[in-house]
Amino acid sequence: MAKFNLFQKVWQAHSVGQLANGQTQLFVGRHLIHEVTSPQAFGMLREKNLPVRYPERTFATVDHIVPTNEVSEPYSDPLADAMIRELRKNCEDFGVTFFDVDTGKQGIVHVVGPEQGLTQPGMTIACGDSHTSTHGAFGAIAFGVGTSQVRDLLATQTMTLNELKVRRIEVNGRLADGVYAKDVILHIIRKLGVNGGTGFAYEFAGEVFDRFSMEERMTACNMSIEGGARVGYVNPDDKTFEYLRGRPYAPKDAQWDESVEKWKSFASDKGCSYDDLVVIQADEIAPTVTWGINPGQAVAIDERIPIPEECEVSDRASILEALEYMKLDSGNPIKGTPIDVAFIGSCTNGRLSDLEEVASKIKGFKVKDGVKAIVVPGSQVVSKLAVEKGLDKVFEDAGFEWRYAGCSMCLAMNPDKLIGDQLCASSSNRNFKGRQGSPTGRTMLMSPLMVAAAAITGEVSDSRLIFSS
Amino acid sequence: MALAKIIEVSGTAVEVPGDDIDTDRIIPARFMKCVTFDGLGEYLFHDVRFDDKGNKNDHNLNDPRFSGASIMLSGMNFGCGSSREHAPQSLYRAGFRAVIAGNFAEIFFGNAINLGMPCVSMSDSCRRSLANLLNGRPESPVTIDVKELQVRVEGDSFPVELRAGARDSLLNGTWDPLDELLGKTDRVDKLAARLHYV
Repeated sequence: MAKFNLFQKVWQAHSVGQLANGQTQLFVGRHLIHEVTSPQAFGMLREKNLPVRYPERTFATVDHIVPTNEVSEPYSDPLADAMIRELRKNCEDFGVTFFDVDTGKQGIVHVVGPEQGLTQPGMTIACGDSHTSTHGAFGAIAFGVGTSQVRDLLATQTMTLNELKVRRIEVNGRLADGVYAKDVILHIIRKLGVNGGTGFAYEFAGEVFDRFSMEERMTACNMSIEGGARVGYVNPDDKTFEYLRGRPYAPKDAQWDESVEKWKSFASDKGCSYDDLVVIQADEIAPTVTWGINPGQAVAIDERIPIPEECEVSDRASILEALEYMKLDSGNPIKGTPIDVAFIGSCTNGRLSDLEEVASKIKGFKVKDGVKAIVVPGSQVVSKLAVEKGLDKVFEDAGFEWRYAGCSMCLAMNPDKLIGDQLCASSSNRNFKGRQGSPTGRTMLMSPLMVAAAAITGEVSDSRLIFSS
Repeated sequence: MALAKIIEVSGTAVEVPGDDIDTDRIIPARFMKCVTFDGLGEYLFHDVRFDDKGNKNDHNLNDPRFSGASIMLSGMNFGCGSSREHAPQSLYRAGFRAVIAGNFAEIFFGNAINLGMPCVSMSDSCRRSLANLLNGRPESPVTIDVKELQVRVEGDSFPVELRAGARDSLLNGTWDPLDELLGKTDRVDKLAARLHYV
């Protein structure tokens, strides 16, 4: 019998047919929307007098623009206020479920989907947001789209796409203590390049991914796009099913067993073929920190900032550009770089387990004077669970600000932003120039615990040494 | 309404040098606080064109020699990062009708083609020659021939690549697929009915 990988099976199950230009018309089973990339799409529907064809397959929340330090409306930023009102109206007019701020279910769209049980194996999932790859952690094929495609999805529940090749990335062995999913994905991107994944879906596998919790798998899949891969996924297993059991939108009762059987059938067949295979040993991976202006410009915590003359000729111009922007000296150890701001949150690392891990280590420590440190739960559900466990108090006692749920300082479309050339130790996913809201602001990406270590010492530090017990 | 068939794009060109030019750089997130795409052209590459007091710097997009350019030339992995369609929209609204780069990030590429804006890939050595030529003679008219996959300027011709499906949809005027997708609703409904989930 022919053997297929998960990508091929899901693709086949959702292919409506081929279009005149050779692209596939793909059915998208779950469509998630937010306030930034959807208003123009609804505007286009209104212009053409089209309804939302399958309103029960689209779910909305508000995340990018919500302030994390105020809950009452109208928001002090009239533009943000206009955007949330627009989304509310669009959902109401077109019959779309909206996890609004008063539902207790609002949050970053890639945190909300999984925790509500909307994200399930074998699905196609799209959202006008590149970090939609996060949902691949459940064995779904999930990808970011532009606003015109949001329109296509609202109007037809389908879009045009070219089939991707599949690269299996196995991480084998055992991660050392203090090395997290964030380090694994930063290491993969560093190794394969920020555009190494263009044209590929990444299938993450191996002992490390088998052992990972669902939230760790989400962290890794989340950043597939930073390596150029629009899709990243992990094959579904018992952990996937256990995570979903009992979630609000997960199948129930008699449907549950049937669904699990169906979900299992989507996993890549043993012995199926891939377009490429990369094998990485877990012991190669150390806590990893970016020093540059794209997520591939990263080093292990014990390494030095690159010296352009020692690097490939083709990379030198971008290294020089990055060093100049980051105001870092080549050849210096990355450890000891002074920071101004520490940010724990985002769709990469704003989940309960991220907050629990940090809170379990920081008791008795204080954020360094002069460092602004904020913790932003990924969703209202995460926030509620964290507060029930007393994590907010642990963070506040250590000198962190505890905020309301949202995208916050990951992309700073809200009041949380860097000022001037502040340097931020950040658990988010992008270190592009100006990403955190100031045109000269600087970002270093790392795991949440490494962010905490930097907050406490005031400089980039090895969390394993700071929190050694 | 039938869409334009995009057989070629002609105009003057400007180089925005560098690899991995991300969509945050093309249009910083704070300018996306809007519910339409109108006016985005004004903020194209804003934070690398203006200092913190709003003064223009020496960025090529501020250089009067390149004003009116409708073709952008750049490096590898152009448009990486966020899926924001605001990026190609801001290029389009600033008057750009095509991009030549080493290669393109996937989501940006799709978004640009959906607007009928060709994104063609060119080798490193050809890009260098083209950049030299443009920087010496910015007024040179450049033509991107989508059919023949050539960029022509001043009697020179540089080969480019463009994915077959995208090329066909530009040449045939089907780059916005909505009508074609809407035409298949019967098949879509059948597929939805047999899926394992709602």
